[in-house]
Amino acid sequence: MSLNVIFVTGIKEQIMDAKVCYHCGDTCADTKITKDEKVFCCNGCKTVYEILSESDLTCYYDLQSSPGAVPKEIEGKYDFLSQDKIIEKLVEFDDGKTQIVTLYIPHIHCSSCIWILENLNKLNPAISQSQVNFGKKTVRATYNTETFSLKELVLLLSSVGYEPYISLDDYKTGKENVNRSLIYKLGVAGFAFGNVMFLSFPEYFEVDEYWLEKYKHLFRWLMFAYSLPVVFYAAQDYFISAYKAIKTRILNIDIPIALGAIVLFLRSTIEIIFNYGSGFFDSLTGLIFFLLLGKFFQQKTYSFLSFERDYKSYFPIAVTKIINNEEVPVQVYDIEKGDRLLIRNQELIPVDGILINGSAKIDYSFVTGESEPVKKASGDKLFAGGKQTSGVIEMEAIKSVEQSYLTQLWSNDVFNKNKEDGFTTLTNAISKRFTIIILSIAFIATAYWLYVDSSKAMNVFTAVLIIACPCAIALSAPFTFGNLLRIFGKKKFYLKNASVIEQLSHINTIIFDKTGTITSNKKSEAKYEGLPLTTEEETLLKNTLRGSNHPLSRSLYDILDEHNIITLDTYKEHLGQGIEASHASEKIKIGSAKFVGYQTETEVLNTAVHVSSNSIYKGKFTFYNSYRKGLSKLFNKLKKNYDLAILSGDNEGEMENLKKLLPSKTKLLFNQKPNDKLEYIKYHQTEGAKVLMVGDGLNDAGALAQSDVGVVISENINVFSPACDAILDASKFNHLYSYIKASKSALKIIKWSFLLSFFYNVIGLYFAVTGQLAPVIAAILMPLSSISIVIFTTIATNWIGRKLK
Amino acid sequence: MSVIYILLTVSIIVAVIFFVAFIMAVRNGQFDDGYTPSVRMLFEDELIKTNKTITKNNKD
Repeated sequence: MSLNVIFVTGIKEQIMDAKVCYHCGDTCADTKITKDEKVFCCNGCKTVYEILSESDLTCYYDLQSSPGAVPKEIEGKYDFLSQDKIIEKLVEFDDGKTQIVTLYIPHIHCSSCIWILENLNKLNPAISQSQVNFGKKTVRATYNTETFSLKELVLLLSSVGYEPYISLDDYKTGKENVNRSLIYKLGVAGFAFGNVMFLSFPEYFEVDEYWLEKYKHLFRWLMFAYSLPVVFYAAQDYFISAYKAIKTRILNIDIPIALGAIVLFLRSTIEIIFNYGSGFFDSLTGLIFFLLLGKFFQQKTYSFLSFERDYKSYFPIAVTKIINNEEVPVQVYDIEKGDRLLIRNQELIPVDGILINGSAKIDYSFVTGESEPVKKASGDKLFAGGKQTSGVIEMEAIKSVEQSYLTQLWSNDVFNKNKEDGFTTLTNAISKRFTIIILSIAFIATAYWLYVDSSKAMNVFTAVLIIACPCAIALSAPFTFGNLLRIFGKKKFYLKNASVIEQLSHINTIIFDKTGTITSNKKSEAKYEGLPLTTEEETLLKNTLRGSNHPLSRSLYDILDEHNIITLDTYKEHLGQGIEASHASEKIKIGSAKFVGYQTETEVLNTAVHVSSNSIYKGKFTFYNSYRKGLSKLFNKLKKNYDLAILSGDNEGEMENLKKLLPSKTKLLFNQKPNDKLEYIKYHQTEGAKVLMVGDGLNDAGALAQSDVGVVISENINVFSPACDAILDASKFNHLYSYIKASKSALKIIKWSFLLSFFYNVIGLYFAVTGQLAPVIAAILMPLSSISIVIFTTIATNWIGRKLK
Repeated sequence: MSVIYILLTVSIIVAVIFFVAFIMAVRNGQFDDGYTPSVRMLFEDELIKTNKTITKNNKD
């Protein structure tokens, strides 16, 4: 018996002349489902078309070709929406007649989606209004509860392929408050700045002009009035932050800013009261306006992404409870120990429990990272977070939701800790010295003037504090990081906020998760071991696989070479075991070792599909993880500057493979539970490591929270990812190193712009110390330094950005 | 030369009107979604078309 080893690498076959579905754009299989001369891939898509064409909404297809999604089977899934207690928590507004609800719909992706969802009232007149927020992928619908209900709305949306995603996260009372205070503050400061500039302009040049002399008091008091809301409203964050910093004995950048603003305001007020001069209201309002502008620029958010998700976003709101053989939907927080629960196919197990009956095949990839579904027999323990993947099961809860194994992870302290606390930014590190130097200069200069000409002493003291107000320094970081944040976003690397860039540049250890992070989700590599297959057998194999929807059949089908299409005489799929088919005299069995009659199966760690032909065992296809493109290259680049490690929740089946691929000093750890990963990172951090964790699933949530920077790799950024600092599109995985390099360069840019602003400060200080600081000089110097910093950082970051792929 | 008082009053009133308009726009959520309205305004032709066909259908 000769063993034949063939390596088959997947090249997805292209059917050239195949028609695409008019509704969803998928390629249509053999079956021809047509309506109005349009082809559909399935009856679901055809139904959606029928619903839309009956209501004259076919315009949906004109705006964008094939915009739809296949409607999913939702039988019984939304029964819980008929419970008043749950409805009450989901709706925004309810007066007994009308309800308003905002639903998250992941499928929203094009203009057709907006159009159809905003025309829902054509489908059901009870919906009076519906409005889409494209960025957030939500639709806000107003409907009449006398003839319609939330459940019917959800079913209507699902029937046209826009199934909303309702998770435990939505189960909370009260409306979310949108924080718009920064826009208000920016508006106030900008408004005051413009008007004050307008009023102070005459006095810059014409000092002794007759009309000006007459009206300048009025002008000055108007400027004073305009500056009041700026000081007391727009700038309040700086005063609060400075106060907090002094209380905790830290010198941050807000202290010199607050000091400068207070001195500006007081001196200007005193000047106009005693008629010494026109004051510095122009500089004061300008300073606050530019600072807020920097804050606003830095605050780039990706509304379609969330960086704060915990298990609640994954968990359902309700499950089906069995009480006296009756199915009753129950809110998951109300599940008690001993409750009988019914879990349908593709539903998530919300609590730890024991399987009572049904064939359970649980996908624990959320929890452990283990990619293969696990079979469970009645009496086995089931853990919360697993997804049932075949048929209906019944289970008994043995814990409540909060006490379950998975959810307990979130009671760990790391989830309540703010990463930004305890991290000294470069700006604050600089401002510490800066504040001390400025105060010393101010006191020395005042002492000197007290000795030479005491009438000028107070003037000089305040002038130093005014001109040294570190506007330009405070703007360097927001504009550099803010701009890089946008550039990264265009390259599909989405950061939670600007401070992540700074943290990223300090990293010295990188830890990767395995499944889903360095491997891609598609299993596209399989190795055949066994007796060689004849052409007839291969043809039969391929054609048998064609009919199956099992994920392994699909991937094996994609891998195998193209063969003629034949019609099978018999075909039978045994759930959870395999497929049996015959054509002419040939018979084939594909599936588990036991199913095909291969008894001498030893314990193997990798997934395999066995094949037997005419009751003779032929061999098996073993699937291997397929690693992301450029993985070896990336690790080899990283190994020079960083400690590397892989923490996998999976078994050791891939160890040899990984050892071959990765640099030898990479640490490989397997069978890591979520908590183990967290502890591993914590341990290394106590040894001084700055850890970048790269993960993908809920099982990495603890590690992502504990690490200095947690990056989530995502195949599809619209799918949920756990709480993290950054989301990286999987296609850009091999560019990770260049992103880290870019963040290091950003830090250099900031240092250069500090130098530039010190240069302006020296010029300003010269005027201040010599007692000749006129309002016009301050009014020129402050915007000039700020604008040149903005220009410098923008050009420099764009230059870095151009080097990124 | 008291005309300057009138001018100043007018300029402040105009400025405050715009400022209030801005605050109201923010409060109504006009700055919350910067994308959808730009698409929505292109739908107006389609909406009229479907409205007409519906009224026609109802008449039949």
